[in-house]
Amino acid sequence: MATEAHGEEAGLVFHPMDQFIIKPLFGGDTIHWYTPTNATLWMGITIVAIFLLLVIGTRGRAQVPSRVQSIGELAYGFVYQMVEDVAGKDAIKFFPYIMTLFMFIVVANFLGLIPMSFTTTSHFAVTLVLALAVFFTVTIVGFVKNGAAFLGLFWVSSAPLPLRPILAVIELISYFVRPVSHFIRLAGNVMAGHAVIKVFAGFAQVTTVAPLAVVAITAMYGLEVLVAFIQAYVFTILTCVYLKDALHPSH
Amino acid sequence: MADTTHDAAHAAHGAADAAYAATESAGMPQLDFSTYPNQVFWLVITIVVIYLILSRVALPRIGAVLADRQGTITNDIAAAEELKLKAQEAEEAYNQALADARLEAQKIIADAKAEIQADLDDATAKADAQISAKTAESEKRIAEIRAGADQSVTEVAKDTAKAIVDALGHGDAAGPKIINSTVGRLTGGEE
Repeated sequence: MATEAHGEEAGLVFHPMDQFIIKPLFGGDTIHWYTPTNATLWMGITIVAIFLLLVIGTRGRAQVPSRVQSIGELAYGFVYQMVEDVAGKDAIKFFPYIMTLFMFIVVANFLGLIPMSFTTTSHFAVTLVLALAVFFTVTIVGFVKNGAAFLGLFWVSSAPLPLRPILAVIELISYFVRPVSHFIRLAGNVMAGHAVIKVFAGFAQVTTVAPLAVVAITAMYGLEVLVAFIQAYVFTILTCVYLKDALHPSH
Repeated sequence: MADTTHDAAHAAHGAADAAYAATESAGMPQLDFSTYPNQVFWLVITIVVIYLILSRVALPRIGAVLADRQGTITNDIAAAEELKLKAQEAEEAYNQALADARLEAQKIIADAKAEIQADLDDATAKADAQISAKTAESEKRIAEIRAGADQSVTEVAKDTAKAIVDALGHGDAAGPKIINSTVGRLTGGEE
């Protein structure tokens, strides 16, 4: 928390984390599992945005695409290429699933960059579910496709025999750390960027450093635009990498 | 410790509502586990909805559009290739026609030349013949004239010689012999 920052200036208060608070949309204090909240609202907006981009935008099915349609095709080609290149041809049947993850993360990230908006992907609950979904999918697919041979992923056959049990332990740990790093990376990056922008915004209240703060906010915002895309890309490509492990554990 | 100072500052500000205080006391809103079921519930709905939209509508459509475009591009390239071949053929035909025409023209020129040459030869030959005929005629006439002149000279010489012989008084047997020898000397040269 940034409470230390307002020592010198009595009127200066930072609430960099306030933007992440989940509130019920229609009043009330208690948040039941079904309560529509600001998170619900922005997830809904995410759905609408994806619908506009990929369904309404491609409505024309034009040979020569409109602008929106080319963005949709670009996203399609981008993820399709990634799945094919990283996870292999037989991973293509997972393409809709990976595309769903990518589109949700990238759109939610960019929607979160709109001032006053709520960033759903900055919450551990969200990224944890996404990461666990990937983890379980990959593990189940691995066992279904390869049976017990999937355990060969942990048995590094190219290493000298005495080292293999040790490596197996390390591989096993790293396998279970995967979803942890997977979810913390995304939420952490998004949250940190937004919090830093908020801190600079707090400094903008002080006249003397306000210009600097505004410049810093601008710079951070530019960085966040990059991060919004890169984190979605990283999440997706790691999903592809894990999927490749599940489909071809021998590598 | 930090939280308590923050809360104190907050209280001083009086800006904190109940919900805010509740979350603040739990630290990061991300770690407020009471909101997890809610978020997970809505996230699962969101993901399922997006998945259905993508897998049912968006992805098949975009895939079809891309495949369609690829097909169109391939077809267009093939058509362009075909047209290019046709153009090459046309160019070849044109060149061939040009070469043929040139050959034809050369043949015509050669023919014309030969014809002209033949005509010319013909005309030349005719002219030569005429010239030679004329020359022969002229020569003949000249020869006639010469012969006539010779005869005249002989006659004149005979007459003159007769007259001279007569004038000299040899009007007898010796007269014609002298005349002939004289005339023979005159016309025959050094005989």
